[in-house]
Amino acid sequence: MTVKVIKVGEDILGANEEKARANKSRLDSHGVLTVDVMSSPGAGKTSLIMSTIKHIKDKARISVIEGDVASSVDADKINEMGIPVVQINTAGGCHLDANMVENALNGLPLENTDLLLIENVGNLICPNAFILGEDKRVMISSLPEGDDKPYKYPAMFADSDVVLLNKIDLQPHLDFNVEGFKKTVTGMNPDVIIFSVSCKTSEGMEAWFDWLESAVKGKKNR
Amino acid sequence: MHEYSITESLLALALEKANEAKAGKITRINLVVGELSGVVGECVQFYFDFLAKDTIASGAELAFETKPTTVRCHKCNNVFTPENGNWACPECRETGIEIVSGRECYMESIEVE
Repeated sequence: MTVKVIKVGEDILGANEEKARANKSRLDSHGVLTVDVMSSPGAGKTSLIMSTIKHIKDKARISVIEGDVASSVDADKINEMGIPVVQINTAGGCHLDANMVENALNGLPLENTDLLLIENVGNLICPNAFILGEDKRVMISSLPEGDDKPYKYPAMFADSDVVLLNKIDLQPHLDFNVEGFKKTVTGMNPDVIIFSVSCKTSEGMEAWFDWLESAVKGKKNR
Repeated sequence: MHEYSITESLLALALEKANEAKAGKITRINLVVGELSGVVGECVQFYFDFLAKDTIASGAELAFETKPTTVRCHKCNNVFTPENGNWACPECRETGIEIVSGRECYMESIEVE
């Protein structure tokens, strides 16, 4: 048998990207601002989503997709707040992909949603490689993780529109160089917006809410 | 664990291309993977051997060409590879950079019979 070489030259995740584009047009048609929230486990994704819901649910209609390796504890908390939520259990998978999100969208009232918050699986290695159909990528990095994370997971930081530096209330107790961290992140991603916040004490959260509300309005008026 | 979904995607893509070419067997798949893509070749091959069973790609060898991370300094345009986690430009010491290569994750070609 002769061996024949077939040129391919295609992205391996091309199928995911195609599906993500379809999700994006579907969400665009309803004017839904879609935010993919990414971070390591325990950085504060659920806390951020819950305090964001509390603060802006009277100004914007919110839906949530909760991605988790297992369990529905986060979705239960959001459901108790009266917010439409779909839980995706990835059964060990370390990221959400566009196909999972497509299925989740079928369970949400998109025609009555202004803001869709997607909580990705806690992981800094690969969620950024799988686009979902989002408008904005928001990453949370928290003080206890250390200020060297941008060097270890550069692609996550380079791909985010917003970085929330959470648990800023712990600064007196930790050797975390906030200015150095900001300089490193901005160095890798000159357009990034960084907010220093504490979901626990609400310090700095107003700036994040303002940014988000104005992004929701911007999407509606498009 | 994300290697599993990457492997599923690459197998589907390879089978699609082989079918289009009416090939009977895939013997080798040439992949280009950047350091920043976080894809571990051994891991992909392991999943591939399992997933490709009973397909025309069964037994195919996966060849990985690894692309190093390179970044460009915003100030002096110097292109360099960060070493030991040092992302400052070795020429001018600036920290503003953009990533030039290292994110690749694509299929260059397949070899079929």
